[in-house]
Amino acid sequence: MLDFIQQFVSGTALGCVYGLIALGFVLIYKATEVVNFAQGELMMVGGFFVFTFIGLLGLNYWIGFALAVLGMAAFGMVTERLIIRPILGYPQFSIVMATIGLGYFLRSLAGMIWGTDDLKIDTPFSDGVLKIGDLVLAHDKLSVIVATLILCVVLYFFFLKTRMGTAMRATSENMLAAYYMGIPVKTVVSLIWAISAAVACCAGVLLAPITFIHSNVGLALGLKAFPAAVLGGFGSIPGALVGGVIIGVLETMAGFYLAQGWKDVVPYLVLLAVLLLKPAGLFGLQLRKKV
Amino acid sequence: MSDEPILKVSNVESYYGPIMAIRGVSLALPRGKIVTVLGANGAGKTTILKTISGVLDPAKGSVELEGNQIQRMDADKIVRLGLSHVPEGREVFPFLSVRENLQMGAYLRTDKDGVAQDIERVFGYFPRLKERIDQPAGSLSGGEQQMLAISRALMNRPKVLLLDEPSLGLSPLLVKEIFAIIRRVNAEQGVSILLVEQNAKMALETADYGYVLEVGRVVMDDTCEKLLGSKDIQEFYLGASDHGARGERRWKKKKTWR
Repeated sequence: MLDFIQQFVSGTALGCVYGLIALGFVLIYKATEVVNFAQGELMMVGGFFVFTFIGLLGLNYWIGFALAVLGMAAFGMVTERLIIRPILGYPQFSIVMATIGLGYFLRSLAGMIWGTDDLKIDTPFSDGVLKIGDLVLAHDKLSVIVATLILCVVLYFFFLKTRMGTAMRATSENMLAAYYMGIPVKTVVSLIWAISAAVACCAGVLLAPITFIHSNVGLALGLKAFPAAVLGGFGSIPGALVGGVIIGVLETMAGFYLAQGWKDVVPYLVLLAVLLLKPAGLFGLQLRKKV
Repeated sequence: MSDEPILKVSNVESYYGPIMAIRGVSLALPRGKIVTVLGANGAGKTTILKTISGVLDPAKGSVELEGNQIQRMDADKIVRLGLSHVPEGREVFPFLSVRENLQMGAYLRTDKDGVAQDIERVFGYFPRLKERIDQPAGSLSGGEQQMLAISRALMNRPKVLLLDEPSLGLSPLLVKEIFAIIRRVNAEQGVSILLVEQNAKMALETADYGYVLEVGRVVMDDTCEKLLGSKDIQEFYLGASDHGARGERRWKKKKTWR
């Protein structure tokens, strides 16, 4: 039983990271119908940002964290402006290729700037453990879960209660109508990229004590986060997080209880099963337009 | 000054890719009046509205709102100048509630109290929306969505309202109701309205002045009374067939403007 809880917690922590990356996929997809395959790389760059601020410049963890998130938000906006906006309106295929290319580019660039070694930063959560009876939970894993929960609450209130958040939902539901309302659609899309990149950065920073920072970390996690987003019903924000946690927990459980090799297969088996039974995903929304 | 039209479109040409959708259209909307644009499918009615509201940029010509040149301006800046567009086919935000849809209509306004008052005011026009205030707009019936689309546009307190086919897909009774409210909005708030309609009879009875559009050109314009009396309009847009004294009919009647 203890093993189970322990595995469950580390699976949930991993799943939260998948969920945060998947959230970035979903936000951008909902607003612009672009699937950003460089989402994992945004997380990776976020990790390097925080390494630069904390590891190289020696700033306090929280200040470095905040600077990295702000830096990534700006990075997301610039990416949207330079790479996505000029090709919006072209076939989906070219946009997908552009984001895949962006991913390769960022991976190589990060390797050139920061090298290809595994990097590490000291965080307040690096070593500590929480003991409840015989149960031992590492602080780094718990910090991921708690931070994800806080982030979810903040995003929930932002999207449901603020004017800009409602405008973002409106834009993602009907961009043309958003233009008619006088919503500055271009600014809204820029801000959505900023939020996606900032969320990815949070994932990167939280993951730093668990997996280290290196230039390929985004590729592996991005490929797991994508099925998480599909599982939750591409286009649903809670779905992305739930999908992420499901994939993370299944992967960890399979790694612990089943023979070697199952770890990477089980999440996809579940994904296939869900898509067969419920093609729209767990939280997929479908509402037809009335004529 | 008040004699100047509030909205003036001069010699506008717009393209969809290589296709010229409107070929030099000029029209004027006098302050406080309702002007209608009639025409068959593909005549370019919607294109004119899109060009005015800034979703489409004209290749040539100018659009003036209260003396300001607004062609090639971004859509959100034009909305800020007091022009609202009710698009063809409603285009409500389906997953947003009725209230949120209305709030989005007032996106550019910062006076919260005024917005709350205006929400009550549009419920005065469309009481049915009030019952549905917290429902997602996608769950409303077609007629209610059209009411919402009009209300949403009014939330901006526009000086000029562009209405694209408000009767589309609605029952005749609902069409009557909607047009009565369009007249009320015009009379009570002094909003100048540019109305595009396929339902020529309804449009001509509602509007003060009318333009007839064919394949991207204005072929006829006059007061609605005269248009209603015109033989061509009666035959080609109102569907009246010609039973003359001789009781016979030419095999094919030509329009006078061809």
